[in-house]
Amino acid sequence: MTDFETVKVDTDLLILGGGMAACGAAVEASYWAKKNNLKVTLVDKAAMYRSGAVAMGLSAINQYVGLKDGENTMKDYCDYVRNDLMGVTREDLVASIARHVDSTVHLFEKWGLPIWKDEKGAYVHEGRWQLMINGESYKVIVAEAAKNALEQNGHQFFERIFITHPLVEGGRCVGAVGFSVRENKIYIFRAQAVLVAMGGAVGVFKPRSTGEGAGRAWYPPFNSGASAYFTLKAGAEMTCQEVRFIPVRFKDAYGPVGAWFLLFKARATNALGENYMETRKGELDNWAPYGKVKPVPANLRNYLMLQDVMEGKGPIYMRTEEALAKIADQYKDDKKAYAKKMKELESEAWEDFLDMTISQAQLWAATNVQPEQKPSEIAAAEPYFIGSHSGASGAWVSGPKDLAPPEYFWGYEQMGTVKGLFCAGDASGASSHKFSSGSHAEGRIAAKSAVRYIVKEKPGLPNVSDQSVKQYKDMILKPLKLYEESQPKSTQANVNPAYIAPDQFRMRLQKLMDEYAGGVSSQFTTSGPLLERALELLKLLKEDSASLGAKNLHELMRCWENYHRMYQAEAHVRTVLFREETRWPGYYFRSDKPKMDPSWLCFVNCMMDPKTEEWKMKKVPIKYLFA
Amino acid sequence: MPSFVNPEKCDGCKALDKTACQYSCPNDLMVLNKDTMKAHNQEPDQCWECMCCVKACPPQAMDVRGYADFVPMGASCVPLRSSDSIMWTITFRSGQVKRFKFPIRTTVEGKAEPAGGWDTKANLDDFTLFTEPASTGLEAICAPGTKTWKK
Repeated sequence: MTDFETVKVDTDLLILGGGMAACGAAVEASYWAKKNNLKVTLVDKAAMYRSGAVAMGLSAINQYVGLKDGENTMKDYCDYVRNDLMGVTREDLVASIARHVDSTVHLFEKWGLPIWKDEKGAYVHEGRWQLMINGESYKVIVAEAAKNALEQNGHQFFERIFITHPLVEGGRCVGAVGFSVRENKIYIFRAQAVLVAMGGAVGVFKPRSTGEGAGRAWYPPFNSGASAYFTLKAGAEMTCQEVRFIPVRFKDAYGPVGAWFLLFKARATNALGENYMETRKGELDNWAPYGKVKPVPANLRNYLMLQDVMEGKGPIYMRTEEALAKIADQYKDDKKAYAKKMKELESEAWEDFLDMTISQAQLWAATNVQPEQKPSEIAAAEPYFIGSHSGASGAWVSGPKDLAPPEYFWGYEQMGTVKGLFCAGDASGASSHKFSSGSHAEGRIAAKSAVRYIVKEKPGLPNVSDQSVKQYKDMILKPLKLYEESQPKSTQANVNPAYIAPDQFRMRLQKLMDEYAGGVSSQFTTSGPLLERALELLKLLKEDSASLGAKNLHELMRCWENYHRMYQAEAHVRTVLFREETRWPGYYFRSDKPKMDPSWLCFVNCMMDPKTEEWKMKKVPIKYLFA
Repeated sequence: MPSFVNPEKCDGCKALDKTACQYSCPNDLMVLNKDTMKAHNQEPDQCWECMCCVKACPPQAMDVRGYADFVPMGASCVPLRSSDSIMWTITFRSGQVKRFKFPIRTTVEGKAEPAGGWDTKANLDDFTLFTEPASTGLEAICAPGTKTWKK
């Protein structure tokens, strides 16, 4: 096998990731690090200008509180998030992000992001917290500011480097190890503190699509659970690993429904024309008090729809034709104004897709959809791990000193239970509904906190011996070596008794999770015995992960992405099993514990011993700021 | 679908140190065959159809064909991205064509100024961030006891 060069990089703050949270961290850290003579290094597995969940763009900013105009208060936002998550939320973290998110949005506008304005110059809202944007270049602009901040302050960034291991010494996280996906190089990053912002996880569950469409997940297929893996392997406590997210979107291409629901006021109905939000209203009583609030929590809206699906009342439709007819009716006496309005709406509807889910535009064009004539199908996607949206999974982090109750405060906001390990975006848990803008704001909070930690604690750099460098190198490159050595065993590279290819491994994990842990094919239903069986099969899968084989650097990255997904899967299965109730019935349903149980109004946290890989589960009480 | 490359137009970005599509793809899908100097998508079933490659391709040699497992054939969404706007040409299976143009940024490319013109009035020990409080539009950061906290 070709030899790999070892590249050693020393820095003070190491930022892992290049998405919204990492870009926020880069801007903030650049400023505070320079003031304190520290060096910042950012490492991204892709190219920053098009990396992370916002790579394609977005058509809306989902978190803007509007504090300066008195539109809402902090309490309003915390009430909304707490109710949407069925009571399981860290209000100290939600408030900490929400008090900085407006600043982040105002910065986006200064950097060049076009935010829609009305005649009076006020932001155009899609919903109470949502702003409409022309967001094709949202990520390009945000990454540009981050790169400019790093470069102007003498810091640096690396692209196309995939992180495989945390460096932990004396109970502190002090760097990371990885490899280049383009050159034969292993990287050893030594740092005084590490900020993790490597996104959530897609591809843990089997997608609805088969074949080519497997990449068309709602959340990007390149988010493989790198954050959860890294923090677990560093020995950090994790929270809300059961709180997956399943978005209901236009079927198959997963185009956004926000504009149709919120802006055009469309309804969703079953094939009989019944609105499940009305016909199944009584069901919401079973999930009180959360079932009684407005807006109805996302998971309960899902649940009412899924009940219609299970009774065979599908397809479920977004009634675009009805919404547009209603709008037409308002202009029935003015044909010219009507034509103008319809042109405007058509452009808005298509931009909604083209800014963030081009596949949906492709699907509408390929099926000749005229939304004013015919409704379009919507459906629940497969489960994802995305603590920044309406899921909540991530690391358990300290809150800020002035907001966190003592139980939730250990010195530095956004720091996990391992010293020097800071988390933001999808990497931190129990602070849902931060979306793109809040993730950026949270990255900023975490970066300032990390710089403060370095200045106060002076942790220093670790000793990484030549022997341990060699061990990391052998571990990282093992799939390449195995593949090469095993070629004489088969005439076919893709069928070989000595190794398993990364795509096959991924499908094995996905099938297992789908069938036993409540995936699409069981309509998100699971149970204690099914989860126990999932753990048995996961154990065998984990043993076989030692036999992943890679034919090149690209496949080596795919192998490591699968390790990530596998750990995310195990954390999820163990937590769903531990929580003996059903609390988010539209995200998953435990058929053996079908009701919400007040004694489970708590967080479930888990930890994995990085050496023995033994898991510990625990209940943690919820302390609210407002409720 | 997956992105694909028109071999007649692809020149392997010969003038650049790496091809634009390889540089752009968030999922590391594009590869260049150095013998033919043509690029291709090495793993179509992991393509997100984000079109980052299509938008970046200098000779406009790239396009997307809708995912074969659920998108009927014959449609296309072709972007033409400039420094301040993007033009889309949508061709339906029926042959119908729609065209849209949207702005993409309000500043000059490359010129996003990190501080946005705002001063920072904060210390390392407090919870006020870079550019704050000015960038929040408030006198001070929202905290318990202020009117922005609760009514």
